[in-house]
Amino acid sequence: MLVVSGLEKTYPGKDGGFTAVSGMSFEVHEGEIFTLVGPSGAGKTTLLRCIAGLDAPTGGSVTFDGEVVSGPPRDFAVVFQDYARSLMPWMTVAKNVELPLMKKGIDAADRRERITRALQEVGLGDAAEKRPFQLSGGMQQRVAIARAIAYRPKVLIMDEPFASVDAQTRADLEDLLLRVQEETGTTVLFVTHDVDESVYLSNRVAIVSRSPSRVAEIVDIPLPYPRDQIDTKSQPGFAHLRGHVFGRIREMVRDANLTTT
Amino acid sequence: MTTVTAPPRTSKQMVWVTTHRRTLGRYILPTVFILGLIGLQELLTQNGALPATYFPPASEIAAALIQELSAPALGSALSSTLSTWLMAILLSVGLGTIVGVLLGLIVPLEAILRPIIEFLRPVPSVALIPLVVLTIGTGSQSALFLAVFAAFWQVLVPAIIGVRAAHPVALDTARSYSFSLWQRIRWIQLPSMLPYLATAVRLATSTSLILIVTAEIIIQMPGIGYEITMSRSVGNPARMYAYIALSGAAGILLNGLVRRLENKLFATHGLGGTA
Repeated sequence: MLVVSGLEKTYPGKDGGFTAVSGMSFEVHEGEIFTLVGPSGAGKTTLLRCIAGLDAPTGGSVTFDGEVVSGPPRDFAVVFQDYARSLMPWMTVAKNVELPLMKKGIDAADRRERITRALQEVGLGDAAEKRPFQLSGGMQQRVAIARAIAYRPKVLIMDEPFASVDAQTRADLEDLLLRVQEETGTTVLFVTHDVDESVYLSNRVAIVSRSPSRVAEIVDIPLPYPRDQIDTKSQPGFAHLRGHVFGRIREMVRDANLTTT
Repeated sequence: MTTVTAPPRTSKQMVWVTTHRRTLGRYILPTVFILGLIGLQELLTQNGALPATYFPPASEIAAALIQELSAPALGSALSSTLSTWLMAILLSVGLGTIVGVLLGLIVPLEAILRPIIEFLRPVPSVALIPLVVLTIGTGSQSALFLAVFAAFWQVLVPAIIGVRAAHPVALDTARSYSFSLWQRIRWIQLPSMLPYLATAVRLATSTSLILIVTAEIIIQMPGIGYEITMSRSVGNPARMYAYIALSGAAGILLNGLVRRLENKLFATHGLGGTA
Protein backbone atom coordinates (compact mmCIF):
# COMPACT_ATOMS: atom_id res chain seq x y z
CA MET A 1 0.00 0.00 0.00
CA LEU A 2 1.17 3.48 -0.90
CA VAL A 3 0.49 6.05 1.79
CA VAL A 4 0.88 9.78 1.29
CA SER A 5 0.48 11.67 4.52
CA GLY A 6 0.62 15.39 5.14
CA LEU A 7 2.84 15.86 2.09
CA GLU A 8 4.10 19.37 1.56
CA LYS A 9 6.34 20.84 -1.13
CA THR A 10 7.49 24.43 -0.97
CA TYR A 11 9.87 25.88 -3.53
CA PRO A 12 12.22 28.43 -1.96
CA GLY A 13 11.83 32.03 -3.00
CA LYS A 14 10.81 35.47 -1.81
CA ASP A 15 7.95 35.85 0.70
CA GLY A 16 8.37 32.31 2.00
CA GLY A 17 8.56 30.75 -1.45
CA PHE A 18 5.86 29.00 -3.41
CA THR A 19 3.90 26.19 -1.81
CA ALA A 20 2.79 23.80 -4.55
CA VAL A 21 1.45 21.03 -2.33
CA SER A 22 0.28 21.32 1.24
CA GLY A 23 -1.22 18.79 3.65
CA MET A 24 -1.83 16.22 0.93
CA SER A 25 -2.97 12.86 2.27
CA PHE A 26 -4.38 9.75 0.59
CA GLU A 27 -3.81 6.02 0.30
CA VAL A 28 -3.49 3.93 -2.84
CA HIS A 29 -4.57 0.33 -2.40
CA GLU A 30 -2.76 -2.57 -3.95
CA GLY A 31 -3.97 -3.45 -7.43
CA GLU A 32 -6.18 -0.41 -7.95
CA ILE A 33 -6.09 2.36 -10.49
CA PHE A 34 -6.00 5.58 -8.53
CA THR A 35 -6.20 8.85 -10.40
CA LEU A 36 -5.38 12.37 -9.33
CA VAL A 37 -7.43 14.83 -11.32
CA GLY A 38 -7.47 18.58 -11.01
CA PRO A 39 -7.23 21.86 -12.84
CA SER A 40 -3.95 22.67 -14.53
CA GLY A 41 -1.47 24.32 -12.21
CA ALA A 42 -2.72 22.21 -9.32
CA GLY A 43 0.74 20.88 -8.48
CA LYS A 44 -0.15 17.38 -9.66
CA THR A 45 3.19 16.84 -11.33
CA THR A 46 5.04 18.12 -8.26
CA LEU A 47 3.08 15.72 -6.12
CA LEU A 48 3.84 12.85 -8.45
CA ARG A 49 7.54 13.61 -8.50
CA CYS A 50 7.61 13.53 -4.70
CA ILE A 51 5.80 10.21 -4.65
CA ALA A 52 8.13 8.76 -7.28
CA GLY A 53 11.11 9.84 -5.21
CA LEU A 54 12.40 12.22 -7.91
CA ASP A 55 11.91 15.27 -5.68
CA ALA A 56 12.18 15.47 -1.90
CA PRO A 57 9.07 16.78 -0.12
CA THR A 58 9.57 19.64 2.34
CA GLY A 59 7.10 18.13 4.78
CA GLY A 60 5.07 14.99 5.43
CA SER A 61 5.96 11.60 4.01
CA VAL A 62 5.39 8.99 1.35
CA THR A 63 5.58 5.37 2.45
CA PHE A 64 5.33 2.25 0.37
CA ASP A 65 4.69 -1.08 2.12
CA GLY A 66 5.80 0.52 5.36
CA GLU A 67 9.03 1.98 4.02
CA VAL A 68 9.60 5.71 3.62
CA VAL A 69 10.30 6.73 0.03
CA SER A 70 13.47 8.82 0.01
CA GLY A 71 14.70 8.18 -3.55
CA PRO A 72 13.24 6.44 -6.60
CA PRO A 73 12.15 3.01 -5.27
CA ARG A 74 13.07 -0.10 -7.23
CA ASP A 75 9.42 -1.19 -7.29
CA PHE A 76 8.17 1.93 -9.06
CA ALA A 77 8.17 2.72 -12.76
CA VAL A 78 7.30 6.15 -14.12
CA VAL A 79 5.79 6.91 -17.52
CA PHE A 80 6.30 10.55 -18.41
CA GLN A 81 4.19 12.73 -20.65
CA ASP A 82 7.21 13.64 -22.78
CA TYR A 83 7.75 10.23 -24.38
CA ALA A 84 10.09 11.62 -27.03
CA ARG A 85 12.60 12.73 -24.39
CA SER A 86 12.12 9.78 -22.13
CA LEU A 87 13.13 7.27 -24.80
CA MET A 88 16.75 7.13 -25.93
CA PRO A 89 16.69 8.15 -29.60
CA TRP A 90 20.01 6.43 -30.33
CA MET A 91 18.77 3.02 -29.26
CA THR A 92 16.36 0.59 -30.83
CA VAL A 93 12.94 0.03 -29.31
CA ALA A 94 14.04 -3.33 -27.88
CA LYS A 95 17.18 -1.79 -26.38
CA ASN A 96 15.11 0.97 -24.80
CA VAL A 97 12.85 -1.59 -23.14
CA GLU A 98 15.90 -3.57 -22.06
CA LEU A 99 17.79 -0.76 -20.31
CA PRO A 100 16.04 -0.82 -16.91
CA LEU A 101 16.20 -4.63 -16.89
CA MET A 102 19.97 -4.62 -17.13
CA LYS A 103 19.99 -2.79 -13.84
CA LYS A 104 17.83 -5.41 -12.19
CA GLY A 105 20.36 -8.18 -12.80
CA ILE A 106 18.11 -10.27 -15.01
CA ASP A 107 19.87 -12.72 -17.34
CA ALA A 108 19.86 -12.20 -21.10
CA ALA A 109 17.37 -14.94 -21.99
CA ASP A 110 14.89 -13.70 -19.42
CA ARG A 111 15.37 -10.13 -20.63
CA ARG A 112 14.66 -11.13 -24.23
CA GLU A 113 11.53 -12.93 -23.17
CA ARG A 114 10.28 -9.96 -21.18
CA ILE A 115 11.00 -7.55 -24.04
CA THR A 116 9.14 -9.69 -26.56
CA ARG A 117 6.17 -10.12 -24.23
CA ALA A 118 5.98 -6.45 -23.31
CA LEU A 119 6.21 -5.29 -26.92
CA GLN A 120 3.51 -7.75 -27.98
CA GLU A 121 1.40 -6.55 -25.09
CA VAL A 122 1.44 -2.99 -26.41
CA GLY A 123 1.02 -4.10 -30.03
CA LEU A 124 4.57 -3.34 -31.15
CA GLY A 125 5.82 -6.89 -31.69
CA ASP A 126 7.21 -5.94 -35.11
CA ALA A 127 8.89 -2.70 -34.08
CA ALA A 128 11.64 -4.12 -31.85
CA GLU A 129 14.48 -3.16 -34.18
CA LYS A 130 13.14 0.27 -35.10
CA ARG A 131 14.35 3.47 -33.56
CA PRO A 132 11.94 5.75 -31.67
CA PHE A 133 11.97 8.52 -34.28
CA GLN A 134 10.67 6.09 -36.87
CA LEU A 135 7.48 5.68 -34.82
CA SER A 136 4.47 7.94 -34.31
CA GLY A 137 3.91 9.71 -31.00
CA GLY A 138 1.35 7.20 -29.82
CA MET A 139 3.66 4.33 -30.70
CA GLN A 140 6.53 5.97 -28.84
CA GLN A 141 4.37 6.22 -25.75
CA ARG A 142 3.55 2.53 -26.20
CA VAL A 143 7.28 1.83 -26.09
CA ALA A 144 7.53 3.78 -22.84
CA ILE A 145 4.64 1.72 -21.44
CA ALA A 146 6.25 -1.50 -22.66
CA ARG A 147 9.46 -0.47 -20.93
CA ALA A 148 7.54 0.08 -17.70
CA ILE A 149 5.64 -3.20 -17.80
CA ALA A 150 8.72 -5.24 -18.76
CA TYR A 151 10.25 -3.86 -15.58
CA ARG A 152 7.32 -5.40 -13.67
CA PRO A 153 6.93 -2.69 -11.08
CA LYS A 154 4.59 -2.94 -8.11
CA VAL A 155 3.45 0.61 -8.74
CA LEU A 156 3.13 2.20 -12.15
CA ILE A 157 3.17 5.98 -11.95
CA MET A 158 1.88 7.85 -14.98
CA ASP A 159 2.14 11.62 -15.36
CA GLU A 160 -0.43 12.77 -17.94
CA PRO A 161 0.88 10.05 -20.23
CA PHE A 162 -1.73 10.50 -22.95
CA ALA A 163 -1.90 14.28 -22.95
CA SER A 164 0.08 14.83 -26.12
CA VAL A 165 -1.44 12.26 -28.47
CA ASP A 166 -4.56 12.59 -30.64
CA ALA A 167 -8.00 11.61 -29.35
CA GLN A 168 -8.22 8.26 -31.14
CA THR A 169 -4.75 7.19 -30.03
CA ARG A 170 -5.59 8.35 -26.56
CA ALA A 171 -8.63 6.09 -26.36
CA ASP A 172 -6.54 3.17 -27.64
CA LEU A 173 -3.85 3.81 -25.06
CA GLU A 174 -6.42 4.05 -22.26
CA ASP A 175 -7.79 0.65 -23.20
CA LEU A 176 -4.27 -0.70 -23.48
CA LEU A 177 -3.54 0.47 -19.96
CA LEU A 178 -6.76 -1.12 -18.63
CA ARG A 179 -5.95 -4.43 -20.33
CA VAL A 180 -2.35 -4.51 -19.10
CA GLN A 181 -3.41 -3.56 -15.59
CA GLU A 182 -6.01 -6.29 -15.52
CA GLU A 183 -3.46 -8.90 -16.60
CA THR A 184 -0.67 -7.82 -14.28
CA GLY A 185 -2.62 -6.50 -11.31
CA THR A 186 -0.14 -3.64 -11.00
CA THR A 187 -1.11 -0.71 -8.82
CA VAL A 188 -1.48 2.36 -11.02
CA LEU A 189 -1.17 5.95 -9.87
CA PHE A 190 -2.37 8.11 -12.71
CA VAL A 191 -2.35 11.88 -13.10
CA THR A 192 -4.55 13.71 -15.59
CA HIS A 193 -6.45 16.94 -16.08
CA ASP A 194 -9.03 15.13 -18.20
CA VAL A 195 -12.14 14.33 -16.16
CA ASP A 196 -13.49 11.73 -18.62
CA GLU A 197 -10.19 9.90 -18.61
CA SER A 198 -10.00 9.86 -14.82
CA VAL A 199 -13.50 8.40 -14.41
CA TYR A 200 -13.09 5.96 -17.28
CA LEU A 201 -9.87 4.42 -16.00
CA SER A 202 -10.09 4.46 -12.25
CA ASN A 203 -11.30 2.56 -9.23
CA ARG A 204 -11.01 5.81 -7.34
CA VAL A 205 -10.50 9.42 -8.35
CA ALA A 206 -8.94 12.03 -6.07
CA ILE A 207 -9.95 15.56 -6.93
CA VAL A 208 -7.00 17.85 -6.27
CA SER A 209 -7.48 21.52 -5.53
CA ARG A 210 -5.41 24.34 -6.92
CA SER A 211 -2.07 25.08 -5.29
CA PRO A 212 -1.27 24.83 -2.51
CA SER A 213 -3.00 21.63 -3.47
CA ARG A 214 -4.65 19.06 -1.25
CA VAL A 215 -7.23 16.37 -1.85
CA ALA A 216 -10.66 17.97 -2.02
CA GLU A 217 -12.57 14.72 -2.36
CA ILE A 218 -12.00 11.08 -3.16
CA VAL A 219 -14.69 9.64 -5.43
CA ASP A 220 -15.34 5.91 -5.74
CA ILE A 221 -15.97 4.78 -9.31
CA PRO A 222 -18.08 1.61 -8.98
CA LEU A 223 -18.41 1.08 -12.75
CA PRO A 224 -17.75 -2.57 -13.66
CA TYR A 225 -14.53 -3.72 -15.38
CA PRO A 226 -13.71 -4.50 -18.15
CA ARG A 227 -14.62 -1.04 -19.30
CA ASP A 228 -15.44 -0.05 -22.82
CA GLN A 229 -15.09 3.30 -24.53
CA ILE A 230 -18.68 3.18 -25.79
CA ASP A 231 -20.59 1.02 -23.30
CA THR A 232 -19.05 2.40 -20.14
CA LYS A 233 -19.24 5.97 -21.27
CA SER A 234 -22.93 5.63 -22.19
CA GLN A 235 -23.94 4.33 -18.78
CA PRO A 236 -25.91 6.76 -16.60
CA GLY A 237 -23.48 6.07 -13.75
CA PHE A 238 -20.58 7.33 -15.85
CA ALA A 239 -22.39 10.53 -16.76
CA HIS A 240 -23.32 11.11 -13.14
CA LEU A 241 -19.77 10.59 -11.81
CA ARG A 242 -18.25 12.60 -14.59
CA GLY A 243 -20.68 15.42 -13.86
CA HIS A 244 -19.86 15.31 -10.18
CA VAL A 245 -16.09 15.43 -10.65
CA PHE A 246 -16.39 18.11 -13.29
CA GLY A 247 -18.62 20.20 -11.01
CA ARG A 248 -16.18 20.03 -8.13
CA ILE A 249 -13.29 21.11 -10.31
CA ARG A 250 -15.24 23.99 -11.81
CA GLU A 251 -16.27 25.08 -8.32
CA MET A 252 -12.64 25.16 -7.21
CA VAL A 253 -11.52 27.10 -10.25
CA ARG A 254 -14.32 29.63 -9.72
CA ASP A 255 -13.54 29.99 -6.01
CA ALA A 256 -9.88 30.48 -6.79
CA ASN A 257 -10.69 33.12 -9.38
CA LEU A 258 -12.95 34.93 -6.89
CA THR A 259 -10.26 35.03 -4.25
CA THR A 260 -7.49 36.13 -6.56
CA THR A 261 -9.40 38.83 -8.46
CA MET B 1 6.34 22.47 -78.46
CA THR B 2 5.75 26.00 -77.31
CA THR B 3 2.28 25.32 -75.95
CA VAL B 4 3.57 23.95 -72.68
CA THR B 5 4.24 27.01 -70.59
CA ALA B 6 2.89 26.12 -67.13
CA PRO B 7 4.11 23.86 -65.65
CA PRO B 8 7.26 24.45 -67.65
CA ARG B 9 9.01 21.28 -66.53
CA THR B 10 7.97 17.97 -65.08
CA SER B 11 9.35 17.16 -61.68
CA LYS B 12 11.73 14.64 -63.25
CA GLN B 13 13.16 17.30 -65.49
CA MET B 14 13.40 19.64 -62.55
CA VAL B 15 15.46 17.10 -60.65
CA TRP B 16 17.70 16.62 -63.67
CA VAL B 17 18.21 20.33 -64.06
CA THR B 18 18.83 20.97 -60.37
CA THR B 19 21.24 18.08 -59.95
CA HIS B 20 23.17 19.16 -63.02
CA ARG B 21 23.15 22.74 -61.89
CA ARG B 22 24.45 21.50 -58.55
CA THR B 23 27.26 19.49 -60.14
CA LEU B 24 28.12 22.55 -62.20
CA GLY B 25 28.15 24.75 -59.09
CA ARG B 26 29.89 22.29 -56.87
CA TYR B 27 32.58 20.80 -59.05
CA ILE B 28 32.91 22.27 -62.51
CA LEU B 29 32.92 25.98 -61.72
CA PRO B 30 35.39 25.78 -58.80
CA THR B 31 37.71 23.55 -60.85
CA VAL B 32 37.63 25.92 -63.79
CA PHE B 33 38.26 28.83 -61.45
CA ILE B 34 41.24 27.17 -59.76
CA LEU B 35 42.74 26.10 -63.09
CA GLY B 36 42.30 29.67 -64.29
CA LEU B 37 44.14 31.01 -61.25
CA ILE B 38 46.99 28.57 -61.77
CA GLY B 39 47.18 29.54 -65.45
CA LEU B 40 47.24 33.22 -64.51
CA GLN B 41 50.06 32.62 -62.03
CA GLU B 42 51.99 30.74 -64.70
CA LEU B 43 51.46 33.59 -67.17
CA LEU B 44 52.46 36.32 -64.70
CA THR B 45 55.60 34.53 -63.61
CA GLN B 46 56.63 33.50 -67.11
CA ASN B 47 56.47 37.05 -68.47
CA GLY B 48 58.27 38.44 -65.41
CA ALA B 49 55.39 40.40 -63.87
CA LEU B 50 55.99 38.46 -60.65
CA PRO B 51 59.63 37.97 -59.51
CA ALA B 52 60.57 34.36 -60.24
CA THR B 53 62.84 34.19 -57.19
CA TYR B 54 59.83 34.34 -54.83
CA PHE B 55 57.20 33.03 -57.16
CA PRO B 56 58.37 30.14 -59.29
CA PRO B 57 55.91 29.31 -62.08
CA ALA B 58 53.21 26.77 -61.28
CA SER B 59 54.72 24.33 -63.74
CA GLU B 60 58.00 24.42 -61.83
CA ILE B 61 56.21 23.81 -58.51
CA ALA B 62 54.36 20.90 -60.05
CA ALA B 63 57.65 19.49 -61.37
CA ALA B 64 59.21 19.86 -57.90
CA LEU B 65 56.24 18.09 -56.37
CA ILE B 66 56.50 15.22 -58.85
CA GLN B 67 60.21 14.96 -58.24
CA GLU B 68 59.60 14.91 -54.47
CA LEU B 69 57.14 12.05 -54.81
CA SER B 70 60.01 9.68 -55.56
CA ALA B 71 62.43 11.27 -53.08
CA PRO B 72 62.92 9.74 -49.62
CA ALA B 73 62.38 13.04 -47.76
CA LEU B 74 58.68 13.21 -48.58
CA GLY B 75 57.70 9.88 -47.08
CA SER B 76 59.49 10.43 -43.81
CA ALA B 77 58.29 14.05 -43.55
CA LEU B 78 54.68 13.02 -44.16
CA SER B 79 54.84 10.09 -41.80
CA SER B 80 56.33 12.08 -38.93
CA THR B 81 53.84 14.93 -39.33
CA LEU B 82 50.85 12.62 -39.67
CA SER B 83 51.86 10.29 -36.86
CA THR B 84 52.32 13.25 -34.52
CA TRP B 85 48.93 14.52 -35.67
CA LEU B 86 47.24 11.18 -35.00
CA MET B 87 48.72 11.04 -31.50
CA ALA B 88 47.67 14.65 -30.89
CA ILE B 89 44.08 13.96 -31.94
CA LEU B 90 43.80 10.80 -29.87
CA LEU B 91 45.27 12.49 -26.80
CA SER B 92 43.35 15.74 -27.03
CA VAL B 93 40.01 14.09 -27.79
CA GLY B 94 40.55 11.41 -25.14
CA LEU B 95 41.70 13.81 -22.43
CA GLY B 96 39.21 16.49 -23.40
CA THR B 97 36.31 14.04 -23.27
CA ILE B 98 37.28 12.49 -19.94
CA VAL B 99 37.96 15.82 -18.24
CA GLY B 100 34.87 17.28 -19.92
CA VAL B 101 32.62 14.52 -18.55
CA LEU B 102 34.08 15.01 -15.07
CA LEU B 103 33.71 18.77 -15.10
CA GLY B 104 30.30 18.53 -16.73
CA LEU B 105 29.01 16.25 -14.00
CA ILE B 106 30.74 17.83 -11.01
CA VAL B 107 29.51 21.41 -11.12
CA PRO B 108 31.52 22.73 -8.12
CA LEU B 109 34.75 21.34 -9.58
CA GLU B 110 34.08 23.13 -12.83
CA ALA B 111 33.31 26.34 -10.93
CA ILE B 112 36.66 26.13 -9.14
CA LEU B 113 38.62 25.37 -12.32
CA ARG B 114 36.80 27.76 -14.63
CA PRO B 115 39.11 30.77 -14.03
CA ILE B 116 42.14 28.61 -14.79
CA ILE B 117 40.50 27.21 -17.91
CA GLU B 118 39.47 30.66 -19.08
CA PHE B 119 43.02 31.89 -18.49
CA LEU B 120 44.82 29.05 -20.26
CA ARG B 121 42.36 28.59 -23.12
CA PRO B 122 43.14 31.79 -25.04
CA VAL B 123 46.93 31.43 -24.61
CA PRO B 124 48.21 30.86 -28.14
CA SER B 125 50.08 27.58 -28.19
CA VAL B 126 52.80 29.20 -30.30
CA ALA B 127 53.60 31.47 -27.36
CA LEU B 128 54.62 28.38 -25.42
CA ILE B 129 57.26 27.30 -27.95
CA PRO B 130 60.25 28.78 -26.03
CA LEU B 131 59.02 27.18 -22.82
CA VAL B 132 58.49 23.84 -24.54
CA VAL B 133 61.95 23.91 -26.10
CA LEU B 134 63.46 24.60 -22.67
CA THR B 135 61.51 21.90 -20.86
CA ILE B 136 60.71 19.17 -23.37
CA GLY B 137 63.43 19.82 -25.94
CA THR B 138 63.30 19.78 -29.71
CA GLY B 139 61.96 16.27 -30.31
CA SER B 140 58.58 15.41 -31.74
CA GLN B 141 57.11 15.38 -28.22
CA SER B 142 57.33 19.15 -28.26
CA ALA B 143 55.13 19.40 -31.34
CA LEU B 144 52.81 16.86 -29.78
CA PHE B 145 52.53 18.86 -26.58
CA LEU B 146 51.80 22.10 -28.41
CA ALA B 147 49.16 20.47 -30.59
CA VAL B 148 47.46 18.78 -27.66
CA PHE B 149 47.57 21.98 -25.65
CA ALA B 150 45.79 23.86 -28.43
CA ALA B 151 43.27 21.15 -29.32
CA PHE B 152 42.46 20.10 -25.75
CA TRP B 153 40.46 23.26 -25.00
CA GLN B 154 38.57 22.94 -28.23
CA VAL B 155 37.35 19.54 -27.08
CA LEU B 156 36.98 20.30 -23.38
CA VAL B 157 34.52 23.17 -23.59
CA PRO B 158 32.04 21.49 -25.99
CA ALA B 159 32.38 18.30 -23.94
CA ILE B 160 31.29 20.10 -20.77
CA ILE B 161 28.35 21.69 -22.58
CA GLY B 162 27.48 18.38 -24.24
CA VAL B 163 27.32 16.45 -20.98
CA ARG B 164 24.97 19.05 -19.60
CA ALA B 165 22.82 19.03 -22.73
CA ALA B 166 21.19 15.76 -21.68
CA HIS B 167 17.46 16.39 -21.41
CA PRO B 168 15.97 16.54 -17.88
CA VAL B 169 13.27 14.00 -18.78
CA ALA B 170 15.93 11.56 -19.97
CA LEU B 171 17.77 12.06 -16.69
CA ASP B 172 14.53 11.63 -14.70
CA THR B 173 13.92 8.40 -16.58
CA ALA B 174 17.38 7.23 -15.61
CA ARG B 175 16.75 8.10 -11.99
CA SER B 176 13.31 6.54 -11.80
CA TYR B 177 14.72 3.28 -13.15
CA SER B 178 17.68 3.59 -10.74
CA PHE B 179 20.43 3.60 -13.37
CA SER B 180 23.91 3.62 -11.88
CA LEU B 181 26.20 6.58 -12.51
CA TRP B 182 28.09 4.65 -15.18
CA GLN B 183 24.87 3.55 -16.89
CA ARG B 184 23.66 7.13 -16.89
CA ILE B 185 26.90 8.36 -18.44
CA ARG B 186 27.10 5.49 -20.92
CA TRP B 187 23.46 5.50 -22.05
CA ILE B 188 22.40 9.11 -21.75
CA GLN B 189 25.19 11.60 -21.32
CA LEU B 190 27.80 10.28 -23.75
CA PRO B 191 25.28 9.96 -26.60
CA SER B 192 23.89 13.41 -25.92
CA MET B 193 27.37 14.91 -26.14
CA LEU B 194 28.25 13.19 -29.43
CA PRO B 195 27.10 16.02 -31.72
CA TYR B 196 29.15 18.47 -29.66
CA LEU B 197 32.18 16.19 -29.77
CA ALA B 198 31.92 15.73 -33.52
CA THR B 199 32.33 19.46 -34.10
CA ALA B 200 35.12 19.56 -31.53
CA VAL B 201 37.04 16.78 -33.26
CA ARG B 202 36.85 18.60 -36.57
CA LEU B 203 38.14 21.80 -34.99
CA ALA B 204 40.89 19.88 -33.23
CA THR B 205 41.90 18.22 -36.51
CA SER B 206 42.90 21.45 -38.20
CA THR B 207 44.19 23.14 -35.07
CA SER B 208 46.60 20.35 -34.25
CA LEU B 209 47.84 20.16 -37.84
CA ILE B 210 48.53 23.90 -37.80
CA LEU B 211 50.41 23.64 -34.52
CA ILE B 212 52.49 20.68 -35.63
CA VAL B 213 53.59 22.31 -38.89
CA THR B 214 54.37 25.54 -37.00
CA ALA B 215 56.47 23.65 -34.47
CA GLU B 216 58.31 21.86 -37.27
CA ILE B 217 59.15 25.19 -38.91
CA ILE B 218 60.19 26.99 -35.75
CA ILE B 219 61.83 24.24 -33.72
CA GLN B 220 63.10 22.58 -36.90
CA MET B 221 61.99 19.07 -36.17
CA PRO B 222 61.42 16.53 -38.95
CA GLY B 223 58.15 16.86 -40.84
CA ILE B 224 56.43 18.83 -43.58
CA GLY B 225 57.13 22.14 -41.84
CA TYR B 226 60.84 21.40 -41.67
CA GLU B 227 60.96 20.64 -45.39
CA ILE B 228 59.23 23.95 -46.10
CA THR B 229 61.72 26.01 -44.16
CA MET B 230 64.70 23.93 -45.39
CA SER B 231 63.74 24.44 -49.04
CA ARG B 232 63.56 28.15 -48.43
CA SER B 233 66.98 28.35 -46.81
CA VAL B 234 68.68 26.35 -49.57
CA GLY B 235 67.10 28.61 -52.17
CA ASN B 236 64.65 26.16 -53.69
CA PRO B 237 61.34 28.04 -53.60
CA ALA B 238 59.63 25.61 -55.98
CA ARG B 239 60.15 22.79 -53.50
CA MET B 240 58.95 25.03 -50.67
CA TYR B 241 55.70 25.71 -52.49
CA ALA B 242 55.36 22.01 -53.25
CA TYR B 243 55.47 21.25 -49.52
CA ILE B 244 53.08 24.09 -48.68
CA ALA B 245 50.65 22.62 -51.20
CA LEU B 246 51.18 19.24 -49.59
CA SER B 247 50.37 20.51 -46.11
CA GLY B 248 47.18 22.04 -47.51
CA ALA B 249 46.31 18.75 -49.13
CA ALA B 250 46.96 16.95 -45.84
CA GLY B 251 44.53 19.32 -44.12
CA ILE B 252 41.80 18.66 -46.67
CA LEU B 253 42.39 14.93 -46.50
CA LEU B 254 42.26 14.76 -42.70
CA ASN B 255 39.17 16.93 -42.52
CA GLY B 256 37.42 14.76 -45.07
CA LEU B 257 38.41 11.65 -43.15
CA VAL B 258 37.05 12.99 -39.87
CA ARG B 259 33.84 14.12 -41.55
CA ARG B 260 33.35 10.68 -43.05
CA LEU B 261 33.86 9.01 -39.71
CA GLU B 262 31.39 11.42 -38.18
CA ASN B 263 28.71 10.67 -40.78
CA LYS B 264 29.18 6.96 -40.27
CA LEU B 265 28.85 7.32 -36.52
CA PHE B 266 25.73 9.46 -36.79
CA ALA B 267 24.12 7.10 -39.24
CA THR B 268 24.56 4.11 -36.93
CA HIS B 269 23.40 6.03 -33.89
CA GLY B 270 20.35 7.46 -35.62
CA LEU B 271 21.03 10.88 -34.21
CA GLY B 272 19.70 12.47 -37.36
CA GLY B 273 16.16 12.08 -36.16
CA THR B 274 16.43 13.65 -32.74
CA ALA B 275 15.95 17.26 -33.68
